[in-house]
Amino acid sequence: MASDDTTPDRGDCSDALLELYEYLDGELTASRRADIAQHLTACGECFEAFDFQAELKQVIAHKCREEVPDALKARVAALLEGEA
Amino acid sequence: MADQARFSEDAMPLMGSLYSAALRMTRNPADAEDLVQETYLKAYRGYGGFQEGTNLKAWLYRILTNTYINIYRAKQRRPDETELDESEDPYLYQRLGGLEAAQVGRSAEDELMDWFTEAEIKAAVEDLPEQFRMAVLLADVEGFSYKEIAEILEIPIGTVMSRLHRGRSRLQKSLFDYARSRGLADEDTDPDAPPRRQPERAR
Repeated sequence: MASDDTTPDRGDCSDALLELYEYLDGELTASRRADIAQHLTACGECFEAFDFQAELKQVIAHKCREEVPDALKARVAALLEGEA
Repeated sequence: MADQARFSEDAMPLMGSLYSAALRMTRNPADAEDLVQETYLKAYRGYGGFQEGTNLKAWLYRILTNTYINIYRAKQRRPDETELDESEDPYLYQRLGGLEAAQVGRSAEDELMDWFTEAEIKAAVEDLPEQFRMAVLLADVEGFSYKEIAEILEIPIGTVMSRLHRGRSRLQKSLFDYARSRGLADEDTDPDAPPRRQPERAR
């Protein structure tokens, strides 16, 4: 099928999906990144898939943060003092 | 050569990140505290060998993961995780297709943040085989680059990518199981659902 700007072909989709994680992890070259970004503006299905994975990444980062117990901070500070 | 006197000033602010990772790795607060303490002590003593201007956080993580491996892996004597039978299974996104349709007007993406409790996310991460868990933590929680992760874990970049891919895939499978056990998703949502987009396995 002839592809134009509004009908992304399957090859573009599979190329984009192959590099989904590298895209989200910021590991692609600027030009590859731009290609995928352009595909995502044209292809709703791929956009959704990317968006889902991007959000999941954020959810994981957000929910895995911990407060350091004050006692630990004090313990390490004292330990380093003692070493000095 | 790095000045030891500056160590506290530079390294103490990073303790939150290290403690978060330590807790996911050891899975209990007492061991996590010991691990962080040991890491800071080793780092302080070895700070003379740290090249100023390079990545202190990555350097500390390398000490943390090495310390963890030396102390805890020896202690637990867990089977090597490489037998992982990888039925590159169900991505969460793929399997939640039916659910999305069932909840008219609500998209899976918009609700994702609220779907899972903090405890579920943490448990899903902690249940990952160790090798995968570390890669996922370093990439998703700490935002390290593949190159940095490769240096921290002392593995090739290709291995980083493969562990990340498999780790994320497993994590999503666990989350799907949580969703299903809470009735958020049904077993029968997937078979007839149209194939959903999912990341393919890089080679």
